[in-house]
Amino acid sequence: MADTMAASTTARARARGGRRLSAFLPGAPQLAAGRWGAGGLALLVWLGCLWVLVARLARVVEALGGSWDERLALATLVAALATVWGWSWWDAGRAEGPRRVGVSQWDLAVRAFSKNRTAVAGLMVIVVLYLIALLTPLLAPHDPALQGDLISERYVGLSGAHPLGTDQFARDVLSRLLYGARISLLIGFVSVGISVTIGTLLGAIAGFMGGILDGIIMRVVDMVISFPQLVLLITIIALFEPSIFLIVAVLGLTLWPGTARIVRGEVLTLREREFVQAATALGYSKRRIILRHLIPNALAPVIVAATLGIGNTIVLEAGLSFLGLGVQPPTPSWGTMVADGRNVLLNAWWLSTFPGLAIVFTVLSFNLVGDGLRDALDPRLRS
Amino acid sequence: MTKYLLRRLLGAVPLVLGIATIVFFAVNLAPGDPTLYFLSPGMTQEVVEQTRINFGLDQPVHVRYARWLGAMLTGDFGYSFSHSRPVLDVLADFLPNTLLLSACALGVAFFFGILVGTYQAVRQYSLSDSAFSVVLLFFYSMPSFWLALMLILTLSLFARNVWEWPIWFPASGMTSTEYDFLSFGGQVRDRIAHLVLPTLSLALVLTAGIARYMRGSMLEVIRQDYVRTARAKGLSERVVVFKHALRNALLPIITLVGLYIPVLFGGTVFIETIFAWPGMGRTIVEAINTRDYPLVMAGSFFFASMVVAANLIADVLYAVVDPRIRYE
Repeated sequence: MADTMAASTTARARARGGRRLSAFLPGAPQLAAGRWGAGGLALLVWLGCLWVLVARLARVVEALGGSWDERLALATLVAALATVWGWSWWDAGRAEGPRRVGVSQWDLAVRAFSKNRTAVAGLMVIVVLYLIALLTPLLAPHDPALQGDLISERYVGLSGAHPLGTDQFARDVLSRLLYGARISLLIGFVSVGISVTIGTLLGAIAGFMGGILDGIIMRVVDMVISFPQLVLLITIIALFEPSIFLIVAVLGLTLWPGTARIVRGEVLTLREREFVQAATALGYSKRRIILRHLIPNALAPVIVAATLGIGNTIVLEAGLSFLGLGVQPPTPSWGTMVADGRNVLLNAWWLSTFPGLAIVFTVLSFNLVGDGLRDALDPRLRS
Repeated sequence: MTKYLLRRLLGAVPLVLGIATIVFFAVNLAPGDPTLYFLSPGMTQEVVEQTRINFGLDQPVHVRYARWLGAMLTGDFGYSFSHSRPVLDVLADFLPNTLLLSACALGVAFFFGILVGTYQAVRQYSLSDSAFSVVLLFFYSMPSFWLALMLILTLSLFARNVWEWPIWFPASGMTSTEYDFLSFGGQVRDRIAHLVLPTLSLALVLTAGIARYMRGSMLEVIRQDYVRTARAKGLSERVVVFKHALRNALLPIITLVGLYIPVLFGGTVFIETIFAWPGMGRTIVEAINTRDYPLVMAGSFFFASMVVAANLIADVLYAVVDPRIRYE
């Protein structure tokens, strides 16, 4: 009795110490406890946001009455700081009580994922990238559309005023790179969201219903898959007016067959399982069985495919922009920036190099997370 | 086997027709009038109408579709506006160049992909295994057009002008301007030199994918009993890896051919544009930009049909090399 009391007192004392630390350096207690993924991310976001607040104070104040863009950035800044601080405080104060007895598949997956160092690193990069994309109006050193002196400031190499140089209109490459992140991440996220939703629904319907419906859906899938994706995309986009909306729509509507195939395969095996038979015996409607019983159980491979798909889509979007069929200038996009530098490679190598590196690291992070998720979500691969 | 082949071939027919349909409607339902290409401001309304009638554009869509499909089945793909030649002639000029480039890239990608993947699997969890994994994932995440520009930047421009290396590779075209004056050996060398950078740009991304896949496949095979038996017999590691394990691990890799052909053709669109390679990918992009509809339709149709064919060949090959798979 006394032992447990003493133990709980020390635990509480440690928790109090952790809380005190977390008030100043959120993430530090978690980091000290060896949870370097969550703790490191929290600390990184905390310090980064604080740095923005201090270094860009004038702009933060301006943003209060600024455009919706700047206000969104400000809201993100506040929300990020509050979230990190609040989470760390709550987490550090949580005494190491008895672990929950029942552990769900998802808990196991989260545990397996957090042991995978490269995947966690990839996730950290992605979170930071999305934060940067939202905070860009506060972060960017210059206005991305602002043209400098076309005679003296074009193609300036790496320098203090322009860390990544300037382009053919004497615009700051770093600022354009930061704004370009918004396009890539937005298009990647939204179009994969659309295609995964369509693919999951159609795949589940095809797998569960079978028969003619299955035949029709899968033949369409075969057709769209055997099309060289890029040729289909450029054909459709070139014939209409290129715009962000069109790209998202076209990517979303052409990338679903992969997901549909995966989900159909999963549903075909799930359909014969007892819980689905039980649901059928209970007289549930087909809609309910598909939405409530089949799809949630077929979701794991879909999540993996979606994560890998975002990377793929970012590359595709960059490619379309590279061909001039994507996001139209002056909106900065990584693909367009690579294309801008194409004809001046020798004299201004930084123009194509840095946006490309940005693409590679973004896609790499998504691929790392995707690989990690695949290992974590597959019970056979868990050690 | 013959029956299976026949069934697959018959199954491919509706697929190809469906693709033709998608192509037709994607192009024809899009806003914009192809006859605008031939119109000039001074033309009277009658001439405009007559041009539309000449192209059959006065007919409703379903009639045009039936006509187009009928003509295509007899091998008539129409007339390319921008090249002022029958579409089939244009394709005959550019398709071989694309096939040459694709074949080289595919060959390089599979050779190195299989090599690296096997090496990684044999040395699983070693330092070189993880080093390769990181490098491969890096290439795997790379857009091929950016890789192409970086290769040009380093192996062509900087190598020649800044670092003054003895070897640098040409960055555009299939041959040099003085090609016709070279000796036969010089011509061969010139062609190969022009192939290096485009092939590498296409192949490196694929290599990464193949190696990742190969590593997994090899790891699975290496744990099999017959590999253990081969080791237990006292066979040398080389024989075990290359004769017993590799051959079986290669089986699933064959399906990758079908999977990577569309990726490859998509890649040629960029690579040919960047390297001024006179092939189908570049021609299609130009055709789209000049609104050369017959060429766009025929070009995408050819690409898609080749993908179907490649998938078919991969499946059949798989059935041939793996006796365990028997299709009724």
